[in-house]
Amino acid sequence: MHAHATPVAFLWLIPALPVLGVLFNLFLGERLGKRAVSLVAPAVVGGAFVIGCYAFTLLLGLPHGGSLDQHLWPWITAGTLQVDVAFRIDALSGVMVLIVTGVGFLIHLYSVGYMHDDPSFARFFTYLNLFTFAMLVLVLGDNLPLLFVGWEGVGLCSYLLIGFWFDKDVNASAGKKAFVVNRVGDLGFLFGIFLLFWHLGPGAHSLSFGDIAAHAKEIPLDTVTLITLLLFVGATGKSAQLPLYVWLPDAMAGPTPVSALIHAATMVTAGVYMIARLNFLFILSPTTMAVVATVGGLTALFAATIGLMQTDIKKVLAYSTVSQLGYMFLGVGVGAFSAGIFHLMTHAFFKGLLFLGSGSVIHGMGGEQDMRKMGGLRTHQPITFATFLIGTLAITGIPGLAGFFSKDEILAQAYGSPLGNKGLWLVGVIAAGLTSFYMFRLLFLTFFGESRADEHTKHHIHESPATMTLPLIVLAALSIIGGYVGLPAHWLWGNRFEAFLEPVLAGGEAAHLSAGVEYALMGASVLVALIGLSVAYVMYIARPALPRTMAEALPGVYDLILNKYYVDELYDLLFVRSTVAVSNWLWQAWDAGLIDGLVNGTAAVMGGNSRLWRRLQTGNVQHYAVSMLLGAMAILAYYAWR
Amino acid sequence: MNPLLFGILALLMIASALGVVLLHSPVRSALSLVMTLFLLAVTFLFLDAYLVAALQVVVYAGAIMVLFLFVIMLLNLQADPQGMAKVGVRFAAVLLASLFLLAAVRFFVAPAALGSGTGMGGTPPAGFGSVEAVAERLFTHSLFAFEVTSVLLLVAIIGAVVLAKRKLV
Amino acid sequence: MTVVPITWYLILGAILFTIGAVGVLIRRNVIVIFMSIELMLNAVNLVFVAFSRQLHSMDGQVAVFFVMTVAAAEAAVGLAVIIAMFRNRETINADELSLLRW
Repeated sequence: MHAHATPVAFLWLIPALPVLGVLFNLFLGERLGKRAVSLVAPAVVGGAFVIGCYAFTLLLGLPHGGSLDQHLWPWITAGTLQVDVAFRIDALSGVMVLIVTGVGFLIHLYSVGYMHDDPSFARFFTYLNLFTFAMLVLVLGDNLPLLFVGWEGVGLCSYLLIGFWFDKDVNASAGKKAFVVNRVGDLGFLFGIFLLFWHLGPGAHSLSFGDIAAHAKEIPLDTVTLITLLLFVGATGKSAQLPLYVWLPDAMAGPTPVSALIHAATMVTAGVYMIARLNFLFILSPTTMAVVATVGGLTALFAATIGLMQTDIKKVLAYSTVSQLGYMFLGVGVGAFSAGIFHLMTHAFFKGLLFLGSGSVIHGMGGEQDMRKMGGLRTHQPITFATFLIGTLAITGIPGLAGFFSKDEILAQAYGSPLGNKGLWLVGVIAAGLTSFYMFRLLFLTFFGESRADEHTKHHIHESPATMTLPLIVLAALSIIGGYVGLPAHWLWGNRFEAFLEPVLAGGEAAHLSAGVEYALMGASVLVALIGLSVAYVMYIARPALPRTMAEALPGVYDLILNKYYVDELYDLLFVRSTVAVSNWLWQAWDAGLIDGLVNGTAAVMGGNSRLWRRLQTGNVQHYAVSMLLGAMAILAYYAWR
Repeated sequence: MNPLLFGILALLMIASALGVVLLHSPVRSALSLVMTLFLLAVTFLFLDAYLVAALQVVVYAGAIMVLFLFVIMLLNLQADPQGMAKVGVRFAAVLLASLFLLAAVRFFVAPAALGSGTGMGGTPPAGFGSVEAVAERLFTHSLFAFEVTSVLLLVAIIGAVVLAKRKLV
Repeated sequence: MTVVPITWYLILGAILFTIGAVGVLIRRNVIVIFMSIELMLNAVNLVFVAFSRQLHSMDGQVAVFFVMTVAAAEAAVGLAVIIAMFRNRETINADELSLLRW
């Protein structure tokens, strides 16, 4: 881990530039206007990207397994806990930095156009820059506590940005839901960290990844399992896996660029990143790995089924994200850490593209998000259509595009890795088929056929401005070529991505399948993708009445899936109602009753007491004179009897 | 003065004092007080305090009580039916006052330290109680008090004028 | 002829003082209260003069002189206050003059 650690002095600039953006937008944004903000906000992220590229180039120059380190200052010094603020760029964090700043920059640029008419323009970019900062701290952090700081920071920004248009209750509630559900996961994460620290052995510990790696093998197996399971709970919260995925679809209440950046490309991938970072720890517990893989696979399938019936374009993409994240966890769960990260990268490209494309559609449709009111947009929005098509092809795993390579890598590893099994592979394949179906369904409903919009909207449909279409084009290009760094072992230059990440992700044991098996698996997933495409074509282009017929034939199933398996209702019944009831009780009995009662009671006692004693103040001078006489008598008596 | 004379004077004084306190009409109260003051002046004479006795009549009975009567007439006070305080207060006041009296007599008046009446029997120096004697003490020993008192009188005059002035609308 | 001992004068003074005190406490008419105060002052004067005679010292009578002066000033101001009060409130009943009541 610590091989060839090269100290450098510029890493702090990478998170610092977005902070500059935050300060600028926060204090000067309103005053200096939209022009200034739209220049500064993307520029700081762009600057961070440039420095990240520079760092990456340096890294490539280092011997295999090197890293760039910068130790800033001591942060926590408490007995055996000695945590510092330190950044590190190795193969893994280097890739992450490029993704976060690169895709982040494109989305910042896109937002300039998308949010152009919004009155809270400056506030949006303040939050967006703040998010970029927090995400960079998360990926650059050299130790677990610093990662957690970034983890919490992105959670905060997610809340702020989901509820950006907070004057509508729905949006504010969605933000709250995201935060609370994340918190549940974070509790597990924290307990995991505590337990880890407790069991790291004697001596001072910085909880840096090097430190943990050095001592991980000393921890007894049961404890490791518990620790990693707790950490995984945190990951399920942040990365929206079963059972804590419920916040992600609601998070679509936020502006579309937010959905693209936070809930597709970067924040939700933090869980995957964390597990990849701690691969040496996770690999020690086969139980946890199995749990991770199973949860990932099931989530992939489960979310895909819900996505089949959603009518809101963003909700389809949201469930798709949950599903694709499931693939990533499936990958890391079977020990294919680099495959998971690979899919993380390609997913950032095509899912970011898809979300931004949907934003372009919504923008052109004047705010409409219901696909049933769309149709025929490919003539009105050609660039959006073309890029969206590329994104769809990428996500469904059509050969030649990025998603094909990354998804196939995961499925192959699920099939053949020592930790994987055929069942998981099958689940993944079925989910792939469903993915293809719902994505093409989305494509056909939105861009093909006759327009189902009303007259007023039809007149206003227009292609989006260059600030929005340019990022789409860039991301489309990346969605095509981004996969070629990770070719299957026998093709051309093989899996350069995996080789690059190998020093950091050495924990995994990759499967080595024969060429024949690999081609068979590849063929299977392509076949499934094509089946999905065809079924979607039949149902939404050739025979548009078919969906309705099918729904009427199976009303029970239809209702169940349409209502997302009633999971939200279940959680409300189990958790929300009881918590609210307890809160109410605490409020009424303890806060209002006891504490307010004590305070008011004290005041009342005082008041009552004084009401009693003030009766002495009759205002009648003669009464006072009598009491004076009484006093004089008392003094006399005292002296007399001495 | 012989005790018999003293006894008569004392009784009359107490009677008129009670009259001040117990009579309902304010005018009658005032006249009772004048009576008391006169009797006191007589007592002073018997105690060889000639100037003081004269001043008692001229200043106290002649000026201050006249002022009182002026005000009573000015305000046209009738005998008010609620002359006394409530029974409870009356009772408390009388009780306390009697206790006070008993205590005063027992502890301050009776003790032998007051000495026998020798001083009373003896002859005072010549000119005792005369104008010259008072003036001699006044302008030497109590000069400062004298000056301060004159300032006090000035202040009182100004105060009285200001207080009683009708506010000009 | 026997001498009247000083204690008799003192007792008489005490009785007058007490009567005056009672008058202050139980009468409601403010002017009568005032007069009771004058009575108390006079009782004190009596005591002063008695002691002056006993001790053959003029200081007692000089004190009486000052007491009388101050009483005069006090009476003047006090009565002016009463007149002002009467003008404002149409009453000189001590019970009704209770603005400082709670």
